[in-house]
Amino acid sequence: MTDTVAAGLCVRLVQQQPIPLDATLACAPGEMLALVGPSGSGKSTILRCIAGLWRATEGRIGCNGQTWYDAAAGIDCTPQQRGTGFVFQSYALFPHLSAQDNVEAALGHRPAGERAARARELLARVHLTGLETRRPALLSGGQQQRVAVARALARDPQVLLLDEPFSAVDRVTRQKLYRELAELRRSLALPIVLVTHDLDEAALLADRMSILHRGRTLQTGTPRDVMTRPADPLVARLVDMKNVFEARVATDGNGARGLVWNGVKLEAAVPASFELGAPVCFGVPMSGVLLHRRDRPSRGERENPVEGTVAECVTLGEDTTFALRVAGSCELLWLRVPSHVARRNGVMEGIAARASLFADAIHVMPWQDLSRETPA
Amino acid sequence: MDWTALRLSLQLAVASVALLLPLGLAVGRILAWRRFRGRRVLEAALALPLVLPPTVLGFYLLVGFGADSAAGRAFVALTGHTLAFSFAGLVAASLIVNLPFAIQPMQRAFEAIPADVRAAAACCGMSPWCIFTRIELPLAWPGVLSAMVLTFVHTLGEFGVVLMVGGSIPGETKTISIAIYDRMQAFDLAGAGTMAVALLACSFGAMIVVYATSRPHGHVHD
Repeated sequence: MTDTVAAGLCVRLVQQQPIPLDATLACAPGEMLALVGPSGSGKSTILRCIAGLWRATEGRIGCNGQTWYDAAAGIDCTPQQRGTGFVFQSYALFPHLSAQDNVEAALGHRPAGERAARARELLARVHLTGLETRRPALLSGGQQQRVAVARALARDPQVLLLDEPFSAVDRVTRQKLYRELAELRRSLALPIVLVTHDLDEAALLADRMSILHRGRTLQTGTPRDVMTRPADPLVARLVDMKNVFEARVATDGNGARGLVWNGVKLEAAVPASFELGAPVCFGVPMSGVLLHRRDRPSRGERENPVEGTVAECVTLGEDTTFALRVAGSCELLWLRVPSHVARRNGVMEGIAARASLFADAIHVMPWQDLSRETPA
Repeated sequence: MDWTALRLSLQLAVASVALLLPLGLAVGRILAWRRFRGRRVLEAALALPLVLPPTVLGFYLLVGFGADSAAGRAFVALTGHTLAFSFAGLVAASLIVNLPFAIQPMQRAFEAIPADVRAAAACCGMSPWCIFTRIELPLAWPGVLSAMVLTFVHTLGEFGVVLMVGGSIPGETKTISIAIYDRMQAFDLAGAGTMAVALLACSFGAMIVVYATSRPHGHVHD
């Protein structure tokens, strides 16, 4: 593999054991790339490979024009030579050192006289002024995470690697840390790779996300693209798209291409690569399904009306999520509406309801046996 | 009080600690983190002195140090005197007897250091030696100190192996434990008692040090 970008991070990794990897990633300076996937999908292993803490059997890792790892050429820089800032899931702070000393430990590349001031400056940047002398055991989870971020930045790294850095803090602290990280990264012109299994976190923070499954990068794109237009049904399942169904490509009376799903014709943008009559899968995000008001059923031309019976209904806070068992089939179409809308329309298990699938929200994918491939 | 025996015991204990400290650090660290074929067998072999009767261990050491053995002949060629029934022989025996006391606490201490902490140190740009001295050693220090103290007091109190390998040559191999036994054989209860109290105080003080330093670095707040 050759570096397609001189600046930024370029990664290609292949291995069979102990965790299979077949990953290709690129992250530009100033960009945050989220690696998302279920537990055991190889996210952390990829991060460790980039940092030089793990060696894949084959592949190449380059950053800003330098080759850090090239299995074929026998190049393998040590973690010390690579210059990565790594925030571990457990933070991995040095428990016997104060916050100040933890940060200074990563400042060995700077003149001794500058280190203390630089460490104080970095701690101030993560809002920890006044806590410099505290050891990690006397800091809260959020404060420890900030020390870990300050220490990672102290190295003046070429790439910042974040391994599920928000998983060990409570929800309120997490929201606060999200804001701080978003603010901090505006001033950082380096590639940032964030490992997370939280899709919302990835969508909130990352510029692009890469979906991993069993060590393989399945799709990379903007969070919105990946979550609303997954490359295949497996990615759709991995991004928790609930409405994924099998259909066939068909034409309507005017010759316009669409889908036939359970005998119902659906207006949809079907790419030319799918042949007429071919089996396909399609997905619709819940935001692309509209519940018809009981008092004023929608008859819009582009709305793909579907009717059925409410089979499951769960109210969680301000939202109600429910499944419509589509008439004439056993398939469930999932919708999410504000709870007051659900109440006004009398949504409860057993009632009949109608909904529309927005044609532009229908995303057609290659056919895949939906019962076979399930995320780990 | 047999001051010569006490001095000899202290010299033996200091020599054992001084030699086992680097050996224990190296072997304990390897056993804590490296995975290699035969590791379990090596661990079992290093723990043998804990369970072998001192007479059995002493017998094999005596045979191993004798003039008929390769080690014994090599030592005679180098120094002009035999390893058995000499202070050097006692030191060699003490090293072997104390292997588990030195290595196991250090191994456990290194095992307790999270792998991510060492990885973080490498990502901070610290050299392997710097990681060892600034991160690993301070974190493993309670275990290292325990190992040193246990080795020291165990050497002071060792009896069976010392008697088998060194005999009871005053000023050369007669340690304080042997001296207590000699005093008892001579019905000198007062002399034996004085030395026994000295050993008891020494051992108790050492255990206090071990427990006082085994305090962790504190708990993480919720």
